[in-house]
Amino acid sequence: MNLLRRRGIAFKLSLWVLGGVTLVIAIILTLNYNVTRRLMVEKIEENAFNLAQATANRINSLLKAAEKIPAGVALTIAELDPNDTELKTLLANRLEQNPELFGIAAAFALKPDATDKLKLYSRYYVRSYDRLKESPINYDYRFHDWYQIPKVIDKPLWSEPYFGESGGIVMTSYSTPFYRQKLGTKEFAGIVCVDLSLNWLRNVVSSLKIGETGYAFLITRNGTFVTHPDLDLVMNETIFSVAEARGNPKIREIGRSMIAGEKGFTAFTGLTNNQKYWMAYTPLPANGWSLGVLFPQNELMADIHNLTKNMLGLGLGGFFLIMLVILLVSGKITKPLRALAKSADAIASGNLETAIPTLKTEDEVGRLALSFAGMQQALKEYIKNLTETTAAKERIESELNIAREIQMGILPKIFPAFPNLPEFNLYATIKPAREVGGDLYDFFMIDDQHLCFTVGDVSGKGVPAALFMAITQTLIKTRISRSSTTTLHQVNNDLARDNPSMMFVTLFLGIFNIVTGELEYCNGGHNPPYRLTPGKSEPVQELPTTDGIALGVMDDFAFTAKSITLAPGEALFVFSDGVTEAMNQRDELFTEARLEKILAPLAKQPVREISDQVMQEIEIFADNTPQSDDITILTIRYIGKKRNNDEQTTSKTSPPPCQG
Amino acid sequence: MPKNRPLIRKIFFICLFSLLLTSGVIEAEAGPLKKVTFIPLWVPQAQFAGYYVAHETGIYKEHGLEVEIISGGPQRSSSDYLKDKKADFASLWLVTGLDLCNQGVEVVNLAQIVQRSALMLVAKKSSGILKPADMEGHKVGLWGPPFEIQPKAFFKQYGLTVEPLQQSYSINLFLRDGVAVASAMWYNEYHSILNAGIDPDELTTFFYHEHNLNYPEDGIYVRKETWQQKPDLCRAFVKASLKGWQRAFAEPELALDITMRNLKKEHVISNRTHQKWMLKRMRDIILPPDEQTRIGRLNEEDFKRVTENLKKQNLIEKTPNFNDFYKPPAGE
Repeated sequence: MNLLRRRGIAFKLSLWVLGGVTLVIAIILTLNYNVTRRLMVEKIEENAFNLAQATANRINSLLKAAEKIPAGVALTIAELDPNDTELKTLLANRLEQNPELFGIAAAFALKPDATDKLKLYSRYYVRSYDRLKESPINYDYRFHDWYQIPKVIDKPLWSEPYFGESGGIVMTSYSTPFYRQKLGTKEFAGIVCVDLSLNWLRNVVSSLKIGETGYAFLITRNGTFVTHPDLDLVMNETIFSVAEARGNPKIREIGRSMIAGEKGFTAFTGLTNNQKYWMAYTPLPANGWSLGVLFPQNELMADIHNLTKNMLGLGLGGFFLIMLVILLVSGKITKPLRALAKSADAIASGNLETAIPTLKTEDEVGRLALSFAGMQQALKEYIKNLTETTAAKERIESELNIAREIQMGILPKIFPAFPNLPEFNLYATIKPAREVGGDLYDFFMIDDQHLCFTVGDVSGKGVPAALFMAITQTLIKTRISRSSTTTLHQVNNDLARDNPSMMFVTLFLGIFNIVTGELEYCNGGHNPPYRLTPGKSEPVQELPTTDGIALGVMDDFAFTAKSITLAPGEALFVFSDGVTEAMNQRDELFTEARLEKILAPLAKQPVREISDQVMQEIEIFADNTPQSDDITILTIRYIGKKRNNDEQTTSKTSPPPCQG
Repeated sequence: MPKNRPLIRKIFFICLFSLLLTSGVIEAEAGPLKKVTFIPLWVPQAQFAGYYVAHETGIYKEHGLEVEIISGGPQRSSSDYLKDKKADFASLWLVTGLDLCNQGVEVVNLAQIVQRSALMLVAKKSSGILKPADMEGHKVGLWGPPFEIQPKAFFKQYGLTVEPLQQSYSINLFLRDGVAVASAMWYNEYHSILNAGIDPDELTTFFYHEHNLNYPEDGIYVRKETWQQKPDLCRAFVKASLKGWQRAFAEPELALDITMRNLKKEHVISNRTHQKWMLKRMRDIILPPDEQTRIGRLNEEDFKRVTENLKKQNLIEKTPNFNDFYKPPAGE
């Protein structure tokens, strides 16, 4: 199949078309042969039957005519009881009047002679060299078939053929019993018998001309051959002995049908040669013999075979003609295709300057060549554009990267942020998404007792978001006051005022009294942070909401603040929605529930540890799913006045202290 | 090399010739061939293949005999030929031999060739005859002596009254339903019936040997005086004839060729298929069932059964002594 796949269109076209043509020719030839043959056989059957019937009728009428003679003689004898002289005259006259007869006999049952002794009495005349002569019967005829059988079965009968006494001549006899009335009852008195030489019958049968090699044969009621071209069969063999010699039960079956007086038409193998024939057979009603007429199959089929041969020759001629035409046409059609394929190969290997062959035709191939040329042109332009676009994109990307670096640079990144303020520990981290995102965080001291910290998330992505974030970050620093609501109110107004692109930012702002642990916070539509209370039965608590909306949406929105007081050891976990909306491969979200579950055992841990653990969990959960949003975590723990040793440990591994 | 071939051939022929010669010397009487005549029971056919084979392949000559086989047939009765001294040896049925003795013609059985009776009755199943009792009242075709002895005993044995009709040499009376039951020899007429288109399963057969009426048939007979005067001649004839039979069975195609040749010489209407069947059946009824028994032996029990039955039927009065009647060639 692979071999075929690699072949050219011309080859495939030739293969399929010629295969189809061959199939059609084969079907036509077969159908034609079968139909013609059937018609021929039907015709032959009709002819054979006609011939057999005509011949059988001819023979039968001769037999029937011969049957009348002994019947007449028998009647005369029965009625007139002729004396010897009268009987001799009667028989001689009848023989003379009927030249087709070979002999005529009257044979009596035992009859008392002059001395009252029972004696056989018979008279027999035969034809000899065109003259009649008496031929005495010197044997006890009572037990010979021609006398005994009609007597016993009480019916006239044609005998099986036999060699006449004079030898050489095969005869058949028709015997008619005659009767005497004795005391009112019919008593068998003798037989009148006429002999018929079978030579005339043989002549009739052998004179049948059936083509060059056809012939006819005649068999008796016993199946004995009376006539057959093979003289060895005649009189010696029966159709059944031939069947036995051949070991062919089919012949026996046909023979049984023939001697049963049936008519038939059948395929038949020659008895002396192995030629195939069709044979029609029909009985001779007079004596129950059967005539078979054999038509040689090969001779009769010669015409059909010649016709089929001629058609086959024509078919072959047509086949080669079509093959030639297909090869020429397909070669012509595929020539430009081949040229195109060559050009396409060259183009595919990168040589866009390859010339496309110009075609004069406007058929599919011509159109293909035009489209191809168009495609080549388009490809060239596209590649040109692509080169330019790629260069532009690369430039923008590098600029974006710079923007990102600047954006990240805005965020304070040095921890511990306030090494000289032991009242609290703070750690913040951001894991930016691939694109420039809009998360922000910040923390700074307003005065020596109050820490301001923020975590926010700008809507949208990219440079606008980054700029909006930078603006927000700057505005917060500018507008900061001791009141979180005032700060948020002012920043919101600033942002909303000149905001044609309708951007907004969610923001959590907390002002933490590092001495008292009091925290005033205002939430502008941001995720509520968690309050972590180590040792408590529910160590993770969501911070009560302040019902604020995102900044930049609505001018003059009145923000409200809430305040809580953290006990020493308590911590606050502030995060962006990048945490809870992190996705895994199955598009499942990380969710608040999962976050709470993770945070619970971490409540006592140092702030950096909490941050790192959560980040790690998110990474495990995401399992290489590309990060779609920035992830920001800010954790702050109130220590109070007393110094805590574990924070010391963390600071040891941190970079050298530096004022934020 | 080609020069050597004639030499090899010469050696081969010398060996063959000397072999033939020595075997001839052992078997043959010294002196010129002795002329004898033999008449079989009927016209040439495979029933007598052994004799024709012995004649044509030179077996008789090897035994010092110049045999003339007289063709039997309807006009020539072998028992008459033997009785009238027109033939030295004759093939006769055992019952015929016993009948001759009863008539006072002293004959000797030299070999009992056919061991099992092939005589039978045949009926078409369509006539309703399936068992002996079904024959009651039917026309039955019977041949003349000696063929009517077994049928008569058969009908007596089954208490049947039938209408006997003399049957001719053809089977046509039976085929045309002139008789319901016909006499037949298994090796001859039975096969002719089959080859007139009647299938074996359409026929009911009654083999006499299956009805306790096994009368051994063909045997080789000679007048007692011939036996007394020339016992060696008699022995040579029997030995050669038995050899002829053995060769006929060993080489059936040869036997058939010889049979067909002799049959055509006498213008007998027949065919090779029929003769082939006949030869096979002769083998069945001639060869003893066991390997030990020699062919051509007259069983004393068979002899007794036949003589007793013949006496019972009042067909013979005198019964010859077995040892006077049977003179096997080896003098056993």
